[in-house]
Amino acid sequence: MSDALLSVRDLVVEFPTRKGILTAVDRVSFDISRGEVLGVVGESGAGKSMTGSAIIGLIEPPGHIAGGTISIAGQRIDNLPYEAMRRVRGKRIGMVFQDPLTSLNPIYTIAEQLIETIRTHMDLNERQARDRAIGLLDQVGIPAASRRIDDYPHQFSGGMRQRVVIALALCVEPELIIADEPTTALDVSVQSQIIDVLKRMCADHGTAIMLITHDMGVIAEAADRVVVMYAGRVAEIGAVRDVIKDAKHPYTKGLMGAIPTLMQDSDRLTQIPGTMPRLTDIPPGCAFSKRCPEAFDRCFVEQPDCRPYQGRDVACLLYDEGKPQ
Amino acid sequence: MTDVLVGIENLSRDFDVSKPWLNRVLENEEKKYVTAVNDVSFEIRRGETFALVGESGSGKSTIAKLIVGLIRPTGGQILFDGTNVATRGSASMRQLRSRFQMIFQDPFASLNPRWRVKDIIAEPLRTFGVAEGRAAWEKRVDELLETVGLSAKDGAKYPHEFSGGQRQRVAIARALSAQPEFIVCDEPTSALDVSVQAQILNLMRDLQDEFGLTYLFISHDLSVVRHMASRIGVLYLGRLVEVAEGKTLFRDPKHPYTKMLLDAVPDLEMTGRKRQPVEGEIPNPIDPPSGCTYHPRCRLANDRCRSEVPVLKLHGDTKAACFALEEGRS
Ligand SMILES: Nc1ncnc2c1ncn2[C@@H]1O[C@H](COP(=O)(O)OP(=O)(O)OP(=O)(O)O)[C@@H](O)[C@H]1O
Ligand SMILES: Nc1ncnc2c1ncn2[C@@H]1O[C@H](COP(=O)(O)OP(=O)(O)O)[C@@H](O)[C@H]1O
Ligand code: SF4
Ligand code: SF4
Ligand SMILES: [Mg+2]
Ligand SMILES: [Mg+2]
Repeated sequence: MSDALLSVRDLVVEFPTRKGILTAVDRVSFDISRGEVLGVVGESGAGKSMTGSAIIGLIEPPGHIAGGTISIAGQRIDNLPYEAMRRVRGKRIGMVFQDPLTSLNPIYTIAEQLIETIRTHMDLNERQARDRAIGLLDQVGIPAASRRIDDYPHQFSGGMRQRVVIALALCVEPELIIADEPTTALDVSVQSQIIDVLKRMCADHGTAIMLITHDMGVIAEAADRVVVMYAGRVAEIGAVRDVIKDAKHPYTKGLMGAIPTLMQDSDRLTQIPGTMPRLTDIPPGCAFSKRCPEAFDRCFVEQPDCRPYQGRDVACLLYDEGKPQ
Repeated sequence: MTDVLVGIENLSRDFDVSKPWLNRVLENEEKKYVTAVNDVSFEIRRGETFALVGESGSGKSTIAKLIVGLIRPTGGQILFDGTNVATRGSASMRQLRSRFQMIFQDPFASLNPRWRVKDIIAEPLRTFGVAEGRAAWEKRVDELLETVGLSAKDGAKYPHEFSGGQRQRVAIARALSAQPEFIVCDEPTSALDVSVQAQILNLMRDLQDEFGLTYLFISHDLSVVRHMASRIGVLYLGRLVEVAEGKTLFRDPKHPYTKMLLDAVPDLEMTGRKRQPVEGEIPNPIDPPSGCTYHPRCRLANDRCRSEVPVLKLHGDTKAACFALEEGRS
């Protein structure tokens, strides 16, 4: 038994299609502790959002969880009936998505939406709920919250709306927030404000955050640990500093070299040849084998497991006992 | 003497954002305008990559469209190799137009989905009469496909058969086909994954070396701009607030807005630097603040900033528009 808040073990998500079964998430395992920000990073289609959707029980059929377990504080939630799962989502897990408008109803004021959510899950009267809502807006950095609370979503800028969505996710003091690309649609200056808000939530309330993003910079700034995903699988998991400064998996290494930075002067960026394979043609063995500069014969037949190596977990046969000389 | 290829002089563009006429009459409202680009001047030197950075709505794409002639300016002018682009007659204008091209952010929207890739790439060749006869343009298309890292047989495919990065390669091949000197690139990699972005940025640099191209490179991503640009202009609410050599801008930013923007970029190097929290938000462009439009967010603002508009002035090697710099208060 681990003391993790969220524990995902060997999660498999499948989509039956005419061409056969697609495995969008393939034996993914990780833990998130209380008060921790776990980053999940990878290129589009790597399975980041699908992993998040599996945790909150919102995979669109015919997609479904085909294996593994998901537990929150030791209690399994991957096999709960719909109503019970809905309560878990309302009470224990909050959600923040890329487009704040999907979470906000345009025809109700911010006050109406926050108060309704608060009163559904907490035993408070209208007045108390309103005070709590104003307090939350204040915490996420909405200036003049007591006045702005009666505005409609369209009266807010994109960054302000995302703050409101975070306030909405915090209403019921969830233990875990799943934030899927929460800053992707925002300008850098607004992004930095939203990252500050998320980090403060963790520090002040001990909320755990699963921060899904394609942006390694956001991970560097906000996360404690990071899961690097590739073609539905975990490539590497470790402390952010270890993974960013000293990546072990050849994909992570390539990814880090491909990102231009503000500091270094380099003429060329590292190039990983090709693109991530579609789910329909993931090669046998290691999913990265066709693009990997370090691939050797075993890589084309054996699928590497995620194993501990120098303080992190890596899914690469180079770090296995039987590596080539 | 520096060799200027493109000169932008006091360029402005307003957009009418009024409600429909009837609503205006009923609600008794005036016409409303957004000044998307406001009195912008800069020069692009032959063979360089000049970058424009700025947050959403700062006027980057509007400047791009003005330069390639997709929209007309409200004021000011654009000189291409010394010739005013707007005043030329149509025949010589066509000649001039073949010398510049544009690449857009969304490579899917800019490629006709019903055309084969080879016809897409050949279109400028035929419009501008660069290659005469079918055999000549087909040969040229094959060469272009290989230049951008695709293969000649990809020409028979349609855009939807390619990934995002490959489509951007097609868009680049198309832009190159009329042998332009100058390419305006509006967020060419913003829709791509980082590993694919690296491929495209490397390709763009190689092509620049090979063909002596001049780029106007537009991006909201400061790290990408740092990597690509020789000189950089920073836009805020339609105005240029700072112009500097790439290295200088990142080492020694002058304008308070540039400083804030650089500070907001996530620290991938994990140096543990202390960031100043970002103050406020970009104001509504329909009703911008008076004087220096950055004043509501600026720690250094004084009464003059609230009433007068600062203009670009030299501070060391950098041009910046800020009274605090002029008055030695920064
Ligand atoms: N056709 C138009 N009609 C009305 N307003 C427009 C039009 N095109 C642009 N604008 C306005 O002009 C301003 C500048 O827009 P522009 O598209 O140039 O910004 P940008 O810097 O390219 O932003 P982004 O980073 O979002 O692409 C914005 O306020 C925008 O809303
Ligand atoms: N409804 C669906 N049917 C089949 N495949 C899907 C469906 N939704 C998503 N996928 C596939 O699942 C994979 C993972 O998707 P996703 O988790 O959204 O990726 P990410 O968030 O990392 O960009 C992708 O290859 C995607 O094409
Ligand atoms: S297992 Fe082989 S192919 Fe896969 S990342 Fe490691 S070395 Fe490369
Ligand atoms: S002119 Fe004034 S308000 Fe504008 S940036 Fe300079 S100091 Fe700040
Ligand atoms: Mg996603
Ligand atoms: Mg734009």
